[in-house]
Amino acid sequence: MKIRRIWAVFLRQLYLYRRSFTRILDAFYWPTVDLILWGFITLYLEEASRSLPHYVSFFLGGLILWNILLRAQQGLSVSFLEDIWARNLLNLFVSPLKISEYLAGLALVSIVKVALAFGVMSTLAALLFGFRILVLGFWLLLFTLNLCAMGWAIGLVTMASILRFGQEAEILAWALALLFLPVSAVFYPVEILPPWLQKIAALVPASYVFEGMRALLLERVLHPALILKATWLNLLYLVAGYLLFLKVYRGALVRGSIPKIGE
Amino acid sequence: MEAILEVRDLEKSFGRVRALDQVSFSLAPGEILGIVGPNGAGKTTLINCLLGLVLPSRGRIFYFGLELFANRSLILEKVNFASSYVALPLSLTLEENLLVYAHLYGVQHPKGKVLELLELFGLAEIRHKRTRSLSSGQMMRLCLAKALLNEPQVLLLDEPTAGLDPEMAQKTRELISAYARRQKTAVIFTSHNLYEVERLCDRILILFKGRIQGLGKISELLETFRVNSLEELYFRLTT
Repeated sequence: MKIRRIWAVFLRQLYLYRRSFTRILDAFYWPTVDLILWGFITLYLEEASRSLPHYVSFFLGGLILWNILLRAQQGLSVSFLEDIWARNLLNLFVSPLKISEYLAGLALVSIVKVALAFGVMSTLAALLFGFRILVLGFWLLLFTLNLCAMGWAIGLVTMASILRFGQEAEILAWALALLFLPVSAVFYPVEILPPWLQKIAALVPASYVFEGMRALLLERVLHPALILKATWLNLLYLVAGYLLFLKVYRGALVRGSIPKIGE
Repeated sequence: MEAILEVRDLEKSFGRVRALDQVSFSLAPGEILGIVGPNGAGKTTLINCLLGLVLPSRGRIFYFGLELFANRSLILEKVNFASSYVALPLSLTLEENLLVYAHLYGVQHPKGKVLELLELFGLAEIRHKRTRSLSSGQMMRLCLAKALLNEPQVLLLDEPTAGLDPEMAQKTRELISAYARRQKTAVIFTSHNLYEVERLCDRILILFKGRIQGLGKISELLETFRVNSLEELYFRLTT
C-alpha cells in the first residue's frame, strides 16, 4: 500500500471540494436538518404524550403527504437532470419545444411519480398500521394539489440553479425540499417552533396543509382559511419560480452555456 | 432566388472574446453552404446562434423572412440539426428516440415516418436495440434520421462525418446531397475536411477569428484570391 497514492486520492477530492460550495454545503446539510427535525419531534412528544393518542395517524399522514411534495419536486428537477446526464438538453432546446411545454411535460412526469408513491405508501399504511389516508376525504385532493404546487415551485428553483451553475448544483435536486421540512410542520405543530421560525413557517404553504391535516384527524374539522393561505402562497411561489427559470434560461442563452451543460 | 435564411451583421462576444464579428450571409432553398475554419474560428458559435441556443450580442437572423428569436418555436418546426458530437439518449431504443422527436416536431404519422427513416438509414433491423449499443457510424445515421423527421427546410449539420470511416462518410455525403436536391432543403455543413466540402457544397464560408474571410463558390474564390486549390485558399485566409 502506497501512502502517496492514498494521498493523491484524498487530494483529488480536496481539490474538488475546494472549488465546490454545494459539495461543502452537502457535508453539513444532512446532519443539520436531521438534528433540527428530530429535536422538534422529541420536544413535541414530551409535551403531548398524554393528551394526544393519534401518533400513528399524525406521523404516517405527515410522511405520506410530505412524500407528495418531495416526489413532485423531484419529478421536475431529477427529470431535468436526466436530460442533462443524457446530454439530451441540446436536442430538446433546438426543437420547437417551448419552455412552458417542457415544464408542463416534467410536471406530468412528477404527477405520475406522486401517484405511484402515494399509492404504495397509502396502501402499506392501511395494511400495516390500519391508517387510512382517505379519511381526509375531499380535503386530501386540496392538500395534494397544494403540496404538488409547492414541490414544483422548489423544483423550478432547483432547475434554475442547475441551469445557472451547471451540474455543480445538482445536489439541490435532493436537498432543497428538505430545507423546508423543519418549518413545514410535517410531524409536529407550528406552535412547537420558536417564534422566529414560526414566522418563517407562516410563509411556507406546506405548514398550512399539515396543520390542516392534524386538525382534520383530531377534530374532524378544517378551517378553509388554512388552505386558502397555502393556495395563495403557492400561486405566488409558482409564478416567482417560473419567472426565475425564464430569467436564468435567458441568461444561459446570452452566456452560450446550454450546449456545454453536461460536458 | 429568395433567401430561406438571412444572417445580418451577426456579432457575439463572450466577455472580451469576440467569437463572431460582422457575419452576414444568406442561403437559398436547396443550397449547401460549407462552413470551414480552424478550431476556435467561431463555427460552433455560429451554428448555436442559428439554432437559437446562443443570443447574439448584435445583428439578426431571419428564417423564411421571420426573425429567429421572436418566432423561435415556429421557425424551429422547419429547421433541424445533427452533430457528430451530440448523441441521443443512450437508454432508449432507436425507435423510442425517434418517436420522442417525431412527437416534438409534430410529425403527422410518427410510427410510419420513423420506420421510413430507419429503413432509409439501414437501421430498421436494430430499431429495438438500445442506442448505447450503436457504433459511431450508426449513431450518426440515427442523428441524421432524427434531423430529417420533420422534413426540414433548413438543415444544420455540425461535422456530421467526423469519426466516420471513409465509406460511411461517403454514404453520408451522398445522402445529404441527394436529400437537399430532392427536398430543396438548404443545408449548412461544417467540416474540417476540405475534400468533402469541395465535393458537397455549392458555396463555402471561410471563418477565422469570428470574421468571414471568404464567401462564395469555390471556383470564384480560387480566382479572386489567385490560388490553385481550396487547401491553399484555406491556409491563405486562416493563418
